[in-house]
Amino acid sequence: MSVLVYVEQADGKFKKSVYEAVSYAKAIAAQAETTLTAISIGNVDESELKELGKYGASKVLQVNTAQLKDFVNQAYASIIAEAAKKEGANLVVLSNSFSGKGLAPRIAVKLNAGLIDGAVELPKTDGGTFSVKKTAFSGKAFAVTELTSDAKVIALNPNAFGVKESPVDAVIESFSPEVKSTDFAAVVKEIVRATDKISLPDAELVVSAGRGLKGPENWGMIEELASLLGAATACSKPVSDADWRPHSEHVGQTGIAISPNLYIAIGISGAIQHLAGVSSSKVIVVINKDPEAPFFKVADYGIVGDAFEVVPKLIQALKAHKA
Amino acid sequence: MKILVCISNVPDTTTKITFTNDNTQFNTAGVQFIVNPYDEIALSKAIELCEGGKGTVTVINVGDSSTDPTIRKALAIGADDAVRINAAPRDAYFTAYQIAEYAKTDNFDMILCGRESIDYNGAQVAAMIGEFLDIPSISIIKKLDFDGNTATIEREIEGGKEILTVTGKFIASCAEGVAEPKIPNMRGIMSARTKPLQVIEAKEVATVGKVIAFETPAPRGAVKLVPAEETEKLIDLLHSEAKVI
Ligand SMILES: Cc1cc2nc3c(=O)[nH]c(=O)nc-3n(C[C@H](O)[C@H](O)[C@H](O)COP(=O)(O)OP(=O)(O)OC[C@H]3O[C@@H](n4cnc5c(N)ncnc54)[C@H](O)[C@@H]3O)c2cc1C
Ligand SMILES: Nc1ncnc2c1ncn2[C@@H]1O[C@H](COP(=O)(O)O)[C@@H](O)[C@H]1O
Repeated sequence: MSVLVYVEQADGKFKKSVYEAVSYAKAIAAQAETTLTAISIGNVDESELKELGKYGASKVLQVNTAQLKDFVNQAYASIIAEAAKKEGANLVVLSNSFSGKGLAPRIAVKLNAGLIDGAVELPKTDGGTFSVKKTAFSGKAFAVTELTSDAKVIALNPNAFGVKESPVDAVIESFSPEVKSTDFAAVVKEIVRATDKISLPDAELVVSAGRGLKGPENWGMIEELASLLGAATACSKPVSDADWRPHSEHVGQTGIAISPNLYIAIGISGAIQHLAGVSSSKVIVVINKDPEAPFFKVADYGIVGDAFEVVPKLIQALKAHKA
Repeated sequence: MKILVCISNVPDTTTKITFTNDNTQFNTAGVQFIVNPYDEIALSKAIELCEGGKGTVTVINVGDSSTDPTIRKALAIGADDAVRINAAPRDAYFTAYQIAEYAKTDNFDMILCGRESIDYNGAQVAAMIGEFLDIPSISIIKKLDFDGNTATIEREIEGGKEILTVTGKFIASCAEGVAEPKIPNMRGIMSARTKPLQVIEAKEVATVGKVIAFETPAPRGAVKLVPAEETEKLIDLLHSEAKVI
């Protein structure tokens, strides 16, 4: 028996959220006194695969064929389920990324498994039961969910567990399961990825701004602050609705839910739908000219002031701090 | 063309989420239920694709009779008919199984869902239906064009987007951007009362999981305010106290 973790690659590289999923899966495997196998699909260098050993994967199954170079939801799900069967794994862990959200439910059905998506803690296994805490109600609450099936699938939220080292030597084994042709019905035509920007769902630090900024021309200072911090940029819904910023930056109940270590909200009122997506951030800073803005009620730090004065000063102070 | 749209019945987005029965049950007292906002986007797209007699839109919900007002709302927005699988949705697996079993009985070209229901499953049902039916599932789409034969779809990925095409049946879960949500007009509201709503009994399927307790996030301490003239103090606090920069 073993635990299986799917290690999603982007352009042949693993991201922090993947190492987190490996660390998480390793912690469960250690509790269950079993080993951890990783499965990688696509073209990834051996040195990058070996790196997975650092976080506890003692075996890495590598699937690398031209046909599987790009993510194909159905085919990838089939391969991961096959790998689970081959390894006798009754737990599959993956990162709750955009692709992970598409894969996990299919894998769960293939394995007749219960699924926890958006896990934020290690499973609790008291008295023979198996339950995991996950986000619910768009971040307004958590649901402790018990899985009663034999096989289980867990999709771990980025930034919920952290990366933990547990070094072993990873043995790389090539794996080439049959995949049926109907699994390739959806065809990827193009992938567009901004390489110079930090992706919002993975970001540890986020600088976000709202309607208080008045117009898209004022985002220069937001971007400067974000780049000084090494943070991703985000925005409130009306801002993306007005096309001041792309929809991919919209956070909240109907946007992306994030839980960075630091969320700086500038000129955002703190409506309940906005808070839903950001309230699990570890530290929240609010900059708003209205001392009555609801966002201050859920903030750790705040500045009551005009963003057009405060943000440039903050940039200066940050530059001084870094110098 | 026939499109099936899956709609879930969820608490209004302004709902303050509280629990009862020792935090094991969502407190529905005084809560207004609505069509899941993402499902409204999916429905609006389906209606758009079928405009001008190009097809019909069926909405389906797994729920007990308390969801009928939500189904009628979907009919008012413009769905042609509706199906309700008569059972409280136990978990995503159960829900997806019921919808897949129904979809097998009719020849849908496309099934549209929302990216996630804003209560507690969280983006499971659509891809599960895809697996039960063995058709492609594309999760969290931002754009959908259909030329009557091939669908061209834009899907969100970390830091970018992926463009893909599908020919033949598929299921997709819709996020913002796919369509402007349509608002029911007077004619829609009037006709919704008489549009067909078929009620079907649920099929038996194994339970794989259940929520055993809910928790609300721990409240934060009082906010520490820094004077606007002393921004360097904020940097200091973030560095030495919060230790996040
Ligand atoms: C179904 C539904 C779903 C929704 N989903 C989301 C969602 O996912 N995400 C989301 O964000 N919203 C969502 N909303 C919208 C939400 O209700 C609010 O309308 C929105 O969050 C407000 O955005 P805002 O704070 O940027 O703008 P406003 O509410 O207009 O707030 C602007 C703030 O900026 C401050 N301000 C103004 N000028 C300055 C200045 N010079 N310096 C500093 N501060 C200044 C003001 O004091 C104010 O607090 C949703 C709404 C509905 C109905
Ligand atoms: N009870 C339900 N009845 C019909 N469709 C549902 C139901 N629950 C979820 N769905 C659909 O599946 C999508 C994803 O839901 P979920 O997996 O619950 O986050 C929703 O946006 C709906 O389109």
